[in-house]
Amino acid sequence: MTRAGALLTRRRGGAGWHWTDVVTFLWLGAGVIIMFGPALWLVLSSFKSPAQLSEFPPTLLPYEARTAAVEGYDKPLPLFVVTDEAGTRTLAEVRRVGTVAQMVDPANPAEVQRINIASRTPDRAIGFAWGNYVDPFLRFDFLKYTMNSVFVTAVATLITLLTNSMAAFALSKYEFRGRNAVILLIIATLMIPLSVILVPLYSIVSAAGLMNTLWGVILPTVATPTGVFLLRQYMLTIPDELLEAARMDHASEWQIYWRIVLPLTAPALAVLAIFSVVWRWNDFLWPLIVLSRQEVYTLQVGLNAYAGELNVQWHYLLATTVITMIPVVLVFIFLQRFITAGIAGSGLK
Amino acid sequence: MKRTLTATTLGLSLLASTAMAGDVRMMWYSDGVEGEVMKDLMARFNAANPGINVILDEVAYKVVQEQLQIQLEAGEGPDIARVTNIKTLAPHWLDLTPYLADPAYWTANFGTHADWMREDGSTAITGFMTQLTLTGGFANKTLFEQAGVALPGAGATWDDWVNAAAEVAASQGTAAAFAIDRSGHRTSGPNVSYGANYIAADGLPAPADAGVKAFSEKLVGWVADGKMLKDTWVAASGSTYRAAADDFINATIPFYYSGSWQIANFSTKIGDGFDWVATGSPCGTNGCSGLAGGAALVAVKYTKNPEEVAKVMEFLASEAVVKEFSERTLFLPAHAGVGAKGGLNWQTDDKNVGPALDKFVQAAGEIEPNAAALPSWKWASAYYGALANRISQVMAGEMTLDAALAKIDSDIAEQVAAAK
Amino acid sequence: MAVGIKHLAGAVATAPLTWLARLIDPVLRLWQRLAGRTGMIAFFLTPNMAIFGVFVLFPLVINVAYSMTTGGALFLSDRRFVGAAQYQRLLSCADYSAISTCQEDQFWTAARNTALFVVLQVSLLITVATITALILNRDLKARSFWRAVFFFPVLLSPVVVGLIWRWILDRNGLLNAGLDAVGLAPVNWLIERGWAFAAAIGVTIWAHLGFYALILLAGLQAIPRDLYEAAEMDGTPHARVFWRITLPLLMPNLLVVIVLSLIRAVQVFDEVFVLTGGGPGTATLFLTQYIYEVGFASLLKNPGLAAAASILMGGVLIALTLVQLGLGRRNEKRGKLK
Repeated sequence: MTRAGALLTRRRGGAGWHWTDVVTFLWLGAGVIIMFGPALWLVLSSFKSPAQLSEFPPTLLPYEARTAAVEGYDKPLPLFVVTDEAGTRTLAEVRRVGTVAQMVDPANPAEVQRINIASRTPDRAIGFAWGNYVDPFLRFDFLKYTMNSVFVTAVATLITLLTNSMAAFALSKYEFRGRNAVILLIIATLMIPLSVILVPLYSIVSAAGLMNTLWGVILPTVATPTGVFLLRQYMLTIPDELLEAARMDHASEWQIYWRIVLPLTAPALAVLAIFSVVWRWNDFLWPLIVLSRQEVYTLQVGLNAYAGELNVQWHYLLATTVITMIPVVLVFIFLQRFITAGIAGSGLK
Repeated sequence: MKRTLTATTLGLSLLASTAMAGDVRMMWYSDGVEGEVMKDLMARFNAANPGINVILDEVAYKVVQEQLQIQLEAGEGPDIARVTNIKTLAPHWLDLTPYLADPAYWTANFGTHADWMREDGSTAITGFMTQLTLTGGFANKTLFEQAGVALPGAGATWDDWVNAAAEVAASQGTAAAFAIDRSGHRTSGPNVSYGANYIAADGLPAPADAGVKAFSEKLVGWVADGKMLKDTWVAASGSTYRAAADDFINATIPFYYSGSWQIANFSTKIGDGFDWVATGSPCGTNGCSGLAGGAALVAVKYTKNPEEVAKVMEFLASEAVVKEFSERTLFLPAHAGVGAKGGLNWQTDDKNVGPALDKFVQAAGEIEPNAAALPSWKWASAYYGALANRISQVMAGEMTLDAALAKIDSDIAEQVAAAK
Repeated sequence: MAVGIKHLAGAVATAPLTWLARLIDPVLRLWQRLAGRTGMIAFFLTPNMAIFGVFVLFPLVINVAYSMTTGGALFLSDRRFVGAAQYQRLLSCADYSAISTCQEDQFWTAARNTALFVVLQVSLLITVATITALILNRDLKARSFWRAVFFFPVLLSPVVVGLIWRWILDRNGLLNAGLDAVGLAPVNWLIERGWAFAAAIGVTIWAHLGFYALILLAGLQAIPRDLYEAAEMDGTPHARVFWRITLPLLMPNLLVVIVLSLIRAVQVFDEVFVLTGGGPGTATLFLTQYIYEVGFASLLKNPGLAAAASILMGGVLIALTLVQLGLGRRNEKRGKLK
């Protein structure tokens, strides 16, 4: 702690804690709790059974009711801890009728005791409801939804990288009349959210016969203005002399694009790829509207089916939410430094 | 490797997007276990009819409410759909009469409710009700017992029920005394019980009258003093549907006003947790009415395979299948023949189910004429939407009840004008 | 080792692409000879602009047409032309100081909520992002870990963000459990008007903070160290260093961040919709949700009205952005003169 403190206070020139160091520690500490905490809570909650999820106050870790096989009964009976005038003991419950529970001592199954339900609490141990994760794949077509999401994400990213870089190349390395108008037009559409063009876009996609297809989900999303903007900024930093030299060596414009500019833009392309993967994986509103056939659902849309009002199955909802989070987290862990390097290098300064 | 994977999924998805002849797509939502039952029935049908392939798309209720209409407007959508908003969307349904083997069978057994799913003045056969539902109350008998409060008997008013439930809530420490689904459809039965009439003499919507005001006033009052669970109505805006079923299942409220479609849901989810009873609709000044309804399975006009669609519909509407479907899903059948013969063998071990279903059958006799006219009235859903939207604003404290009633009238008037 | 794997992966991934590119080259050379440089410019621009045109610009233009029609039909040709009637309906109020007298009172409510949200959320977001960037700029151990901490929520989908926080802020959720544990009374966060609005602000800040902090961090790291050293040698107080050195040099990045976050704030929808559904009542009903409901989801649909509202929203956005860019250019000029 003091070593870190020393490191932090190093530039402040002196031992002891400056107020800025206190603020820094508090901020970073709060940051970890507030930023990571909710996701951690989500993961823990996703292992709970439906009954546990409606408890208040909620327990931190997931618990499962303990059961015992009792002689004379086919199924294992749930165990309860009973506290009343006769003391505290653990009994198995046979059935509940109104406010009275019929319980037996597992060691002495012949004698049925009548216990008031208010004096018993479930006997529990930490247990993970793995079924929450397995059931959606078995009972619902979750694997199919995942494949659809992967398809959409991969294809959309490839198309985005290609078309955006081509457009950015044209807009950065060539002078032509109307160039500024095109750039302004692209930036202006950053301000148009999907919901604004929803109805006309729906009718266009429908007229084009792309309803209920994955291409209907992919195509409207690939011409990202942010992508063109980002790549263009980066390409502006590539010296024109390189291109001129290549032209003198009889390289075609396509070759210049493909073999010189594109490799040099790799860091920005990596950033765009990462963002595109995240955006397409997380797309919600548009796929929701375009897709109403189950076999073409993407993960986020499938997830929403659980969050429908009539039948909210929180335990499945939470588990599948965690599953949809996993690829994003992986991207994050392995490619995080590219994001920051890319943003820094895109000439946003 | 990624490229091969991409290529395969590309191929598969292209395949999936082309409709093949003999394909019948059914859009289905579930309140409880109907999805599984329907899957089973469709598997049997597909096996018995090799030329027809029924594909069941299970979706959330919200998709049917919100997105089906726009699909239909675009001339797309499934071949068959399970819909509650049948009257408003009636222009999109297919008349099956030319494709049916025995139209007289349909008229005889489903004729009573055929007007609910076809345009005014039409004699088309567009489908059939998968179940008949009735709005009504449920009470958590165990909580009442624990609190030592007697369940109000027949003829009890809304005030009787809410006050009794409030006593239970106070004694047992539950979040509120009762809840009612966020839906104009749900509050319409009680509105009629207080004398409301939505339909003017010319068939167009009448202004919100004293009956609507009386019950809405009560609702607002109950939210204000904490008797009604605020979350259901206040936690969303517009005409978004919210049910308080989970709150009843988790014993957060002792009394819940919803409808008979919840019975299967309760049986599965509550299980052994507590005893529950159906209560019928509490009484107002003008009666103890609920609102009948149900979801219908309808054929869509834009289908490319009408003959196959008719075959599927005939299978599902046959007496044996209706009986089996009702017994497994715990729904009241709309088939006149099945209803008359009686003797349904409800497939459940839950001893709460039988008495609850019987209570709803009995409560069907108490539907007031003003409520009975609503399911076949084309402006009903405009009324329901406006009610949900505006009354919830009053509950959230955003406007007075009188202002809301005026807004309801103008919202509905605009809908009528836009449709001309 | 990571670099080696990266290179290998890169080579494997690009091999088929390079092969394809080499295949197309002769065709494109021919095109270049025939159509010259202009032809090549057109070639490079066309794919993106075509998709753009069909799926972004064209709907936008049609949207204007939609906003002048009425009726329930989807296709433009089936709708009835009514001129500016939809705009009139949106903008007419008996008394402009009382929203409830407006014909489309929920539009005005949504507009007012959005305006309030934008002002509060953007200012708070920028402040928090700047502080975070300043802190991350310090000489910390495991710097990439700390950056990751703040950037993590940016990668989550809005649905997931909304769900996580709805779960935590629920009447029986984690936050109330915590309050209960320390003896404070639980609050029904998403049902109380003020708290629901605050939650909408808080959750959206949580979800996007990292993105803006990183942009600002890049800007901070570009400031030359010797400026700070010189200031230190002069014994300049820290506050002065911030206001006179850091802030002015950070201004271009700050401007980008303000413009982007403002645009996003006006369009807020996904997270809030999942979190509160616009409730309680209409306390967190924002413009985009209003448009979605009126145009699409409500039982009382009116696509023409939704189109008109969206045109108005777009207009406001463009105006705001132009103002900001104008201010930015003025700042830049001032900077250049220095």
